[in-house]
Amino acid sequence: MRDVAVVSFAQTHHAREVSDINEVEMLMPLMGEALAGSGIPKDRIDFVCSASSDYLAGQPFSFVMSLDAFGPWPPISESHVDMDGAWALYEAWVKMQMGKTDVALIYAYGKSSPGDIRRVLSRQMDPYTVGPLWLDPVSMAALQARVGLEAGTFTVEQMAEVVARNRRAGATNPYAQLGGEVDPAALLAEPEFVAPLRKHDCPPITDGAAVVVIAAGDAARELSDRPAWIRGIDHRIEAHALGLRDLTRSVSTEQAAARAGVADGPVDLAELHAPFSHQELIIGDALGLADGVDVNPSGGPLCANPIMTAGLIRIGEAATRISRGGGDRAVAHATSGPCLQQNLVCVLEGE
Amino acid sequence: MSSTAGAPTGGDVLKAPNVIEYPFSRTTGPVIGAFMTGMREGIIVGIKGADGRVIVPPQEYDPVTAEELTEIVEVGDAGVVTTWCWVNEPLTDQPLDRPFAWAMIRLDGADTDLVHAVDTDGDQAVMATGMRVKARWLPARPADVDTEADGGTSAGSDDSGYRVGHILDIACFEPEGVPE
Amino acid sequence: MSDVTLPASLQGVEPVKSIRTPARLDYVYTAGRASSRFLHNVANKRLVGQRCPVCHKVYVPPRGSCPTDGVPTEEDVELAHTGTVTSFCVVNVAFMGTLMEIPYVGALILLDGSDIPIMHLIQEVPYDQVHSGMRVEAVWVPDDEIGPTLESIRHFRPNGEPDASFESYKDNA
Repeated sequence: MRDVAVVSFAQTHHAREVSDINEVEMLMPLMGEALAGSGIPKDRIDFVCSASSDYLAGQPFSFVMSLDAFGPWPPISESHVDMDGAWALYEAWVKMQMGKTDVALIYAYGKSSPGDIRRVLSRQMDPYTVGPLWLDPVSMAALQARVGLEAGTFTVEQMAEVVARNRRAGATNPYAQLGGEVDPAALLAEPEFVAPLRKHDCPPITDGAAVVVIAAGDAARELSDRPAWIRGIDHRIEAHALGLRDLTRSVSTEQAAARAGVADGPVDLAELHAPFSHQELIIGDALGLADGVDVNPSGGPLCANPIMTAGLIRIGEAATRISRGGGDRAVAHATSGPCLQQNLVCVLEGE
Repeated sequence: MSSTAGAPTGGDVLKAPNVIEYPFSRTTGPVIGAFMTGMREGIIVGIKGADGRVIVPPQEYDPVTAEELTEIVEVGDAGVVTTWCWVNEPLTDQPLDRPFAWAMIRLDGADTDLVHAVDTDGDQAVMATGMRVKARWLPARPADVDTEADGGTSAGSDDSGYRVGHILDIACFEPEGVPE
Repeated sequence: MSDVTLPASLQGVEPVKSIRTPARLDYVYTAGRASSRFLHNVANKRLVGQRCPVCHKVYVPPRGSCPTDGVPTEEDVELAHTGTVTSFCVVNVAFMGTLMEIPYVGALILLDGSDIPIMHLIQEVPYDQVHSGMRVEAVWVPDDEIGPTLESIRHFRPNGEPDASFESYKDNA
């Protein structure tokens, strides 16, 4: 296996609606920040991989236009995934293992504001027996939460604690959309939104983008003073239909964590892409995180959730903390699909 | 797919309504086709999994072993709520336009759960895990109503108000014991 | 795929083979800063592109970035309403939504002062006389119909100048 590390990361100041600029205009400053801002010449990039969904903004084939933000001339080696950017990073990592690529740029973007995100995301379901019902992701998460609450897997008090801790952390993150001190007891006094979920149990609706640069071996050491080495990365998927799964646990996360080697050493911090409060409890259990682990020091997706992007941001946030000496070993997690259907786990270490 | 762009409106940054429509028809294959045929006939079917459990709605392949599945079996049109959530503000196109519950329902004779809406006349207090619910079917299409207008076997939610072979031939579920 | 076995209740009935799953999603499209500025200028009967600070190429309509260099384009460049046909096609097939009588000519037109052609219609000349290198000018709709849309230019027509040399547009041919 080739050693591969995250060497640069940039993200937007996430917001509920960024309507004055298009996706290219949103991405371009990030490309500059992630490359020139980190002293990485653009001509060192030998692979570009992006992540987005055209359904979000209703712009078919928008991903081919978003490349203008990078400048694909002379022609570049490029790929795109209709998944979270964490999977674009995985593709770039695999390409590096093949030995032909030394430095890769990964970008992801998601503007949820142009449409009704709950209706848009209902289109991801089985189009025969679920799609026509327009079952939306908040409702699906609520179905999952009740299973866990009634099974005793977690409590509403724990869910409120998750929200309060993430909001507190979000206040320290200049890129987060939400943040601040909230009292868990006060959260539980709020009305239910889609019962048993309250609004704060759900992620905010966000427009945002992110760019990550990864590099192999000596290139990583050259481009970063303290690269965040990817020591393990794996993703697993479960059946699509909710009725076929045990919604109280995440078997795919457990398997990905085992293959990525989460348990091979102590974990200082974890960035979890759990868009709903109860999902952080499910993912934390699946990863087997010890009590002292700093979970979501960025505030996580409960404080900013750009679709197709929030998972890549978890890797970027964890890597940045490693590179700045804020930890030696971190776990980053990304999810995709309804109710944690697919999960990616990445272990990052400093040297 | 068709797309309609409206006229831009004022301000420094121009915006315009943009409507995307997907007028899709989907072929079903024999397994989902059997489920949809059942819908039209007013019965619910599942399929026997590799381990013998009954999967509803039916799947072409076993979710664990990936074996091809072929044995369609009938299950009940009533069952038990295994989890539910309460929707105060239904979204456009959802099955009901007043407060309702989504539920996962273990139909009698099934070993997996079907997702559908439950109508309790807007009363959340009626909902409980473990309660029994039954399907509220649309009526069968009378014999004297033309079935060729939509291609006969090319069924779909056609707003006729009759069952045509579609998941919404079940308008929703309702608590069992509610008088007709 | 092997045949499925059906319960008695479904034997002998006409099978459903397809379903309809129509969906409609409503969005608000945002043109973004660069395209909005371009279209506001069009509404004032001006064609304004943007120049790349690195390669100095002038893009129209501007997208706010140089696709070659990946840098923002911020310098506005006012363009002539005349240009050169760099390529064209004769449309003989009607399609849904078109308002044009066939045959008609769609062309790539390199506006004077720009480095990338725009797409527009050529009219007021028999379709079989349109050729690459032909010099053309914009024909605007009446002033009270002009708005922030490229439809404010009704079409282009020959402006009577001699053909441009191939050298002058070879980078776009």
